[in-house]
Amino acid sequence: MHLILFFLFAGFCLAGAINLLLQTHPINSALSLIVVMTSLAVLYLLLGAEFLAIAQIIVYSGAVMVLFTFVVMLLNAGREERTLGSRAASRIGFPAVVALFAILATILLHVQGLGAAHLGEGLSNAPGQSNLELLSQVLFHELLLPFEVTSVLILIAILGAVALAHVEGSKIPESERVAQK
Amino acid sequence: MTIFAFFLWSSAKVAVITVMMLMGIAYTVLLERKLVGRIQNRWGPSRVGPFGLLQPLVDGAKSFLKEDLIPTAVYRPLYLVAPIISLGCALIAIAVIPFGAPGMGPHGFDLFEISNINVGLLVILGITSIGVYGIALAGWSSNNKYSLLGSLRSSAQLISYELALGLSLVGVVLHAGSLNLRVIVEQQATLGAATWNIAGGGQILAFFIYLMAAFAETNRSPFDLPEAESELTGGYHTEYSSMKFAMFFMAEYGNMINVGCVATLLFLGGWTSPLGDLMPPFQSTVLSALLPLFWFVLKVFLFLCLYVWVRGTLPRFRYDQLMNFGWRYLLPLAILNIVGTSLWLAWR
Repeated sequence: MHLILFFLFAGFCLAGAINLLLQTHPINSALSLIVVMTSLAVLYLLLGAEFLAIAQIIVYSGAVMVLFTFVVMLLNAGREERTLGSRAASRIGFPAVVALFAILATILLHVQGLGAAHLGEGLSNAPGQSNLELLSQVLFHELLLPFEVTSVLILIAILGAVALAHVEGSKIPESERVAQK
Repeated sequence: MTIFAFFLWSSAKVAVITVMMLMGIAYTVLLERKLVGRIQNRWGPSRVGPFGLLQPLVDGAKSFLKEDLIPTAVYRPLYLVAPIISLGCALIAIAVIPFGAPGMGPHGFDLFEISNINVGLLVILGITSIGVYGIALAGWSSNNKYSLLGSLRSSAQLISYELALGLSLVGVVLHAGSLNLRVIVEQQATLGAATWNIAGGGQILAFFIYLMAAFAETNRSPFDLPEAESELTGGYHTEYSSMKFAMFFMAEYGNMINVGCVATLLFLGGWTSPLGDLMPPFQSTVLSALLPLFWFVLKVFLFLCLYVWVRGTLPRFRYDQLMNFGWRYLLPLAILNIVGTSLWLAWR
């Protein structure tokens, strides 16, 4: 059962990824990316990480991709222009990518302590303890300092974005100024 | 239980609950028309059947029989998929909502919930966040400026209010220490209404934040800017006709019911009685199965009445007011509520 679901959603994931590259219209590509994100969430669920799966759906498919489609709609981006590209890139590119991923996968599988994934095990093995508790124990207890530092980093990034967008002395239209009061 | 029996029971549950949900949507529409009618000092639908009770069925038949127009300039694939996404998300969310006492079926089978999972609350939030695409894509693919404006408003509004909505639920989750909806209900049910999250749980502020964010999330008045008739003719569904329009319409009411169910579960004690343990448990199995169902439906019904009451009372917000309200008031209030709840829990 788990294996069937795995192949189904891995297939969806790959099909979405390939479609993402082949589509010329930005909104179709964005929607393919949503398919990829959601299929990945199902794969996490199959590995027993239910919190991660739902977080993936809420954060990536729900928030990030909505912003993507929002921007595409707002700018009304048209069809992407195709360049032929260099012939060398198309000939060497695909074999190079395949080789790179093969090397990465072999290295990851041979690292100490990492083995093949076991489908559907996490769903049944710890009856009293959800992996939400384990995850929060790790994040807010053992790795508290890196977690807090990361959040400060994100805060700085937000402040930087606001500072860049808000140019000093920029003219606010009269109508908006009235509305803000 | 064998896998075959499990499959059979589950499909039966899904079928029954989906039909109940669709009937619920149809009669919520009637409830709204009746109540708004009485608020405006008129009768509302009263011709079809006794008290107009057959009106939803006739409306449904009318939507099916109308001509289905597809404008030539639309982007067809997305135009056709958008209403399905909208209605699908509205109907899927009910799958994790427990609406009756646990167990009750044969072999300890959960009769009153399709699936009991330990991240139920997050699943509902996730499905709601996917539902935005229905409206956003409908507006974009219609190739119409009113539709596009409506869907842009809707996306911006949903992203802004989803934050306040999610944060307002954190207080409740802190209280219960779980994301499982059954645990959340059982935690507040010990003394009946006195320990509900809205009263003894001290989450009344969170309830009001949730209420306002939920109105915005479901695109209901006073936050119904994505389909403001006076400015955008029909908003995101301007170009839709017959059953496709009806699907958007049903999705809106389905979302209202979902939001009502979540409010009932998180703040109003779910399926438990407001009397709590004061009332002795009934000996008969049928009564102890049906009474929780009655309380749950009653609470959701009252919540829907509140929705209609607000619609009949308040005028629509202006767009900048909506954004100001969401970001400057609701969000800080929700964060304040989290800080307050955590301090209280730590001190206790």
